Amino acid sequence: MKAAISVSIFLILYETVARSGWFAAALVPTLPVVAETLWWMLADGTMARHAAATLYRVFAGLAGAAATGLVLGFLMARYRAVESFFLPLVSALMPIPSLAWAPVFILWFGLGDTATILVVFYAASFPMVLNTWTGARAVNPLWLRAAGSMGARGPAMFWKVVVPGALPLIITGLRLAFQRSWIAVVGAEMLAASAFGLGWVIFDAKEFLNADIMLASLAVIGAIGFAFERLVFGSLERSTVLRWGMVRAAKA
Amino acid sequence: MQWLRAAVPFAVVAAIWEVVAQSGVFPPRLFPPLEEVAATLVRLSTAGILPHHAAETLFRLGAGFAIAATAGIAIGIAMGRSRRAEDLLLPLVSIGAPIPGLAYAPLFLLWFGLGNTGSIILVGFVAAFPIILNSWTGVKAVKEIWVRAAQTMGADSRRLFRHVIFPGALPYILAGLRLGLAQAWRILVAVEMLAAVDWGLGWLIFGAREFLNTDAMLAGIAVIGAIGLTLEKFVFQRLENYTVVRWGMMAA
Repeated sequence: MKAAISVSIFLILYETVARSGWFAAALVPTLPVVAETLWWMLADGTMARHAAATLYRVFAGLAGAAATGLVLGFLMARYRAVESFFLPLVSALMPIPSLAWAPVFILWFGLGDTATILVVFYAASFPMVLNTWTGARAVNPLWLRAAGSMGARGPAMFWKVVVPGALPLIITGLRLAFQRSWIAVVGAEMLAASAFGLGWVIFDAKEFLNADIMLASLAVIGAIGFAFERLVFGSLERSTVLRWGMVRAAKA
Repeated sequence: MQWLRAAVPFAVVAAIWEVVAQSGVFPPRLFPPLEEVAATLVRLSTAGILPHHAAETLFRLGAGFAIAATAGIAIGIAMGRSRRAEDLLLPLVSIGAPIPGLAYAPLFLLWFGLGNTGSIILVGFVAAFPIILNSWTGVKAVKEIWVRAAQTMGADSRRLFRHVIFPGALPYILAGLRLGLAQAWRILVAVEMLAAVDWGLGWLIFGAREFLNTDAMLAGIAVIGAIGLTLEKFVFQRLENYTVVRWGMMAA
């Protein structure tokens, strides 16, 4: 309720500015214009195509990052040699923004999906590796010893104790990885995509001064990000670590 | 000895890179050997080109971050201190914060123009969100008992703020500034590619694409990584050591 009031105050302010005529209507479109553009883009399916292209790139990159991150993270936690080899590399590469690689990837793989997916992969890998590694090392040693004395060995120990024990941090890592890739994909699409994608459509709209398309796409980007954060990761947590009683839900 | 051990992985990766580069599988313009990258780094540095790019980028970073820090701390503290400000602003901040900063880029460039103005305002806007959220949490997290103790000892509201609330919130504010600076840095590199500025590290690596100067790109990326690491390690850790760690509010 309070949120609704605050948002409507903001929207009324915006609408007043847009109607005042201080700025060109093409640059500051009124809300009905933005809503109409959004409606048309949703109705004729262009927005769905842009969103599908973006989601495909995010998931391709994220899947690669999750696979790499999980394997590398668990290996680093298990074997000292792997840890001391990869940790310095990870620490040295992490401060480089993923989008700085975009020009290199464009040069190597051309404009299009490959370069975009690689940028997403780079952005999402670090939280996955670091959280899996930290998570696996943070598993309560008491659990390991208890399972060991009850006769758990190798694979059973790994799947029944280490993986569930590391899962709260792994899910956090996945969440961070998604946030990072959602940021990276928008930027990468502006630089490297050639036909579709939410980032591309925003950037392309600049050429034609279509601020209404920009604002409509911005709303869709926000809505998808919000939906993933709340619905996908929320339910993932509810069905695993919350149900097992490993973390408590935040008080509402 | 420790330095030596950390150097091994880099030597291995460098050796693999060198073997691939020398093998001639990829054209050397696209996959230059490391000595060429190093030579370019030295050449661009001594010619003053690289320092000029870096100076322009750091200027934008400083200006954008200054805006973000001033506005972010002011808004965050206001939200923490006043119920009305919290009700009004928190919904807007919660909606704006998760949207990828780069998605706003074309809109800001359209409104404020290409070049410095647009990119500095965008960097400031995007980096303000974590600073606002952390300052707000920090003020809320000041222990009630400290406030009441100071009040019974007769502190007026100005002294209460200066001596209790602000120092109490400082660990959170510093964490927010750190996150904000990291975000500003990531966004800035990408914005420089999009905003068609004349100088700047982002522009250096993106512009090098036109002439297939992969060596210049990689040299630029190395500088970007070094600056990112320096900002993180030296600037903020120093600041924390001088304030909250010295006051015993946080372990070093």
